[in-house]
Amino acid sequence: MRAQFVLSEIGVGLRRNLTMTFAVIVSVALSLALFGGSLLMRDQVSTMKGYWYDKVNVAIFFCNKGDAETDPKCTKGAVTAQQKDTIKADLDKMSVVDNVIHESSDEAYKHYKEQFGDSPLVNSLTPDQMQESYRIKLKDPEKYQVIASAFSDRDGVQSVQDQRKTVDNLFELLNGMNYAALAVMALMLVVALMLIVNTVRVSAFSRRRETGIMRLVGASSFYIQMPFIMEAAFAGLLGAGVACLMLLVGRYFLIDHGLALADKLQLIQFVGWDQVLAKLPLVLAIGLLMPAMAAFFALRKYLKV
Amino acid sequence: MIRFDNVSKTYPKQTRPALRDVSLEVQRGEFVFLVGSSGSGKSTFLRLLLREERASHGQVHVLGKDLARLSNWKVPHMRRQLGTVFQDFRLLPNKTVGENVAFALEVIGKPRGTIRKTVPEVLDLVGLGGKQDRMPGELSGGEQQRVAIARAFVNRPMLLIADEPTGNLDPQTSVGIMKLLDRINRTGTTVVMATHDQQIVDQMRKRVIELEKGRLVRDQSRGVYGYQH
Repeated sequence: MRAQFVLSEIGVGLRRNLTMTFAVIVSVALSLALFGGSLLMRDQVSTMKGYWYDKVNVAIFFCNKGDAETDPKCTKGAVTAQQKDTIKADLDKMSVVDNVIHESSDEAYKHYKEQFGDSPLVNSLTPDQMQESYRIKLKDPEKYQVIASAFSDRDGVQSVQDQRKTVDNLFELLNGMNYAALAVMALMLVVALMLIVNTVRVSAFSRRRETGIMRLVGASSFYIQMPFIMEAAFAGLLGAGVACLMLLVGRYFLIDHGLALADKLQLIQFVGWDQVLAKLPLVLAIGLLMPAMAAFFALRKYLKV
Repeated sequence: MIRFDNVSKTYPKQTRPALRDVSLEVQRGEFVFLVGSSGSGKSTFLRLLLREERASHGQVHVLGKDLARLSNWKVPHMRRQLGTVFQDFRLLPNKTVGENVAFALEVIGKPRGTIRKTVPEVLDLVGLGGKQDRMPGELSGGEQQRVAIARAFVNRPMLLIADEPTGNLDPQTSVGIMKLLDRINRTGTTVVMATHDQQIVDQMRKRVIELEKGRLVRDQSRGVYGYQH
């Protein structure tokens, strides 16, 4: 009977403030969707990091014929076979090196053409102009400095490049966007909580007769506050449900269908459904607990016991 | 039952105290009228009994408990042993008479069986037998006040506090309400009633406590409303 009593009170309360309830649901939904989205974005960045750090190496670029005149590091002319062999031998002796791949200038030209096939620049390039290089995969990607200090001053070496730096810029951009999303989320959440506080206040005011009587006949404060807290929690839960739906639909349209980024950007590995689903319980829990707590604190102010 | 020891109450941001150094005792089973003009401190007195306010100085004991030392979460349990009736009835207009009375038991978690049994009993006691399914709006003022009394009494309180229960009623109806309160008093419930109704106080010849500007100026057993010079 108690449960029935509380449930009917919640229904009455929510219907009484229909517009306010709607506003709470929408703002909770938006803020939690942003929250879930930014969690997924973080996952996305880390899967991409894993993917790219696997592929991206430290590269030792060698001087080619053309560099002898233009680059001060290559004044001694193009790299010789002997120089390459010593470097290879030294690399093989180093414990931080996982493996070394040799990329000839012909191969470099071929890869370049694959990547920038449409660019008019490609036609002006010849294989001779491309640089020969060693692509080195490290056991620990952080150990770039070891390779750089060992080889950058060798004869025939034009430069040692940590290619992670190039992708790191992209990740920094994504992280920046992520922080922006989090800031918007925080703002939305504040709006949602203020709306809840206000809703609870209106609700408590419109039911002051009932609560006044409850107080007088000795109902416990828990019993008096319960319907209000449940009301907020229920609205919050609905909002969180909408947020979950938005995340699922968002994943569906952005990645699989609609925008279909998975087809367009096949190089990138996107977050999977399992990762999306893993975020939902957290989103629901926050949607349930935050409004309940906001209501609880609002009641301490507006519902004297 | 009730004991005030040098009780003063000053509300925040006010210089003049609402109650000044009031000391008195009310025994179990007494019927006490609380009289005095508006602003004399009657309401404050009742609010202290209900622990809606705490005394600024002195001690208030109700039902053997020092209210200053009663922690907040125990207050509801204390209030379950009190019944309260107001001038404006304070019924829920969208609930029937029976539901209004049952509400008081529901919200303190009484089992449904008890509620079904006690509500008709107490409605019979206040003279509203058979009107269980009427809405408060359909009843006369006197009947509404009876519903309020039924709700206050349904939990068999030790102490019934009535704040001008006849203030909105005509003299004849008031007499009926007073008879009812007298009957409740005879079951052993202590009654404290604030009133402006001279006729009633004079007729009943019960203990009268008079407050004036927050001070206790008269405490007279079998008293009347005003001073007899």
